[in-house]
Amino acid sequence: MTDTQTWTADQPIVRITDVHKSFGAVEVLKGVSLDVMKGDVICIIGPSGSGKSTLLRCINALVPINKGSIRVEGQEVHDPKLNKLELRKKVGMVFQQYNLFPHKTALQNVMMAPVTVLKQNKTEVEARAYALLKKVRLEGKEPSYPGELSGGQQQRVAIARSLAMNPDVMLFDEVTAALDPETVKEVLVTIRELAEEGMTCLLVTHEMGFARELADHMYFTDRGVIVEHGPPEDFFANPKDPRTKEFLGQIL
Amino acid sequence: MSSTTDLPVLLPAAQRLAERARREREVGGPIPRLTARHGAWLAVILVFSAGAAGAQAGAAQESVLSIMLKWTPLLFQGFIFNLAISFLAMAGGTAAGALLGIWQISLLPPVRAGSWLVTQFFRNAPWLVLLFFCMFLLPFQVEIFGVVIPLPDWIKATFGLSLPVMANVSEIVRGAIQSIPSGQWESAESLAFNRRQTLWQIILPQCVKRMLPPWMNLYAILTMATVLASVVGVSEVMTLTGQVLSAEGGRTDLLVPFYSYILLWFFIYCYPIARLTVRLERHFVVKT
Repeated sequence: MTDTQTWTADQPIVRITDVHKSFGAVEVLKGVSLDVMKGDVICIIGPSGSGKSTLLRCINALVPINKGSIRVEGQEVHDPKLNKLELRKKVGMVFQQYNLFPHKTALQNVMMAPVTVLKQNKTEVEARAYALLKKVRLEGKEPSYPGELSGGQQQRVAIARSLAMNPDVMLFDEVTAALDPETVKEVLVTIRELAEEGMTCLLVTHEMGFARELADHMYFTDRGVIVEHGPPEDFFANPKDPRTKEFLGQIL
Repeated sequence: MSSTTDLPVLLPAAQRLAERARREREVGGPIPRLTARHGAWLAVILVFSAGAAGAQAGAAQESVLSIMLKWTPLLFQGFIFNLAISFLAMAGGTAAGALLGIWQISLLPPVRAGSWLVTQFFRNAPWLVLLFFCMFLLPFQVEIFGVVIPLPDWIKATFGLSLPVMANVSEIVRGAIQSIPSGQWESAESLAFNRRQTLWQIILPQCVKRMLPPWMNLYAILTMATVLASVVGVSEVMTLTGQVLSAEGGRTDLLVPFYSYILLWFFIYCYPIARLTVRLERHFVVKT
């Protein structure tokens, strides 16, 4: 293993090679490979149970893999000696159920990780947290508790909370799936702004219109394998695999 | 179950049970059944028995009420002693139980198994037996670095009572931790929190609210159990009542008034705790 190799920006920022993952007897990932370049927006779609969310969770080592390799900026994620702190500083994640800390205000939610984990100066973090909440259009909601915010607002706090760690890659796991149709848009706008600023984003999503418009590359997964991938123009206009055709036919 | 009403109607038994079960599921545990009516009945029994005893007593003997009044200061001291024992046992049991509860979710299997065993052992042991064990197994004094520390009976009894409290608190803590959605652990982990930071800053603060009602319930139960110390000779309120009754020549007409009197004190002390517990539970069910 050449973990000491230096990563340069012209190499994939996330390199997934032949990843296998089983939960008990069920193999949910059966040899998945994909590369993500810095600044790319990758959308992964597919039927539920196809292993999309598991794949995202493997990238920041929330879920260990059985076989294969995942490298983030050249660093092997599933090395037992891995410094998880370093990895998770680089990779931010936003969840379907927001998972905000209900006993903390929006501002505290954003401040918590930099202050506790990175031991950064509280005053500086606070200023940054205000700026991040402003960026996700939640000015004035700083003192609100998650219970007092709408789903869309909570999800935007969750995005700001992830950004507070200054990640290089953001993982979005069906972040709009639990939202009302009206609030989906405000979250998508936030993600689009991030993508336009050059943030590397991996999205698992069911928002096809959004994916088509924003993605640099589409991936379709089914039963643990990548069935088809390509730039969104091709992918949506003339899917080749019958499973992709069927899925897109159902959803569009 | 579509029709709901606030009126105090007598529901059919099955519906009443289902309703109760639903409320208990909401609060995540049994709801205390102590109501103000229990206190009223106690007071009625006290007054009647005192009156009846007074009528029987005739002119030759001192009236029941004046005897009760005469001994009240002494009995009250005993009652305060009960409360002191309950405070100490609760404090000790809570501290030890919190630790044990956290160990129950340890990642190290021996720690987890050991704390589980200790918890289950003391949770399923009769309180009185534990009390006897402590009375007879603990020495009457201990010597630490040449300093002799006496261990009077009441300290041993307090220790004995704190053991079941510890085991119950351990379960309350474990249950509360496990009731926090796994997404909280996941998001903390993805924000690079380590396990200790997650537990202390994210999980446990959310547990406090959830633990408060069952913890207060446990305290009320403990307070009522402090009278067990009378069996092992600690001069708390029950022991003193027995001594007062024999000092009064073992008059049988005094038994019911005196014991009702003591019951009433415990009721007056524990009832507000039970009410507060119910209120907190309702509050948290709405908010969380």
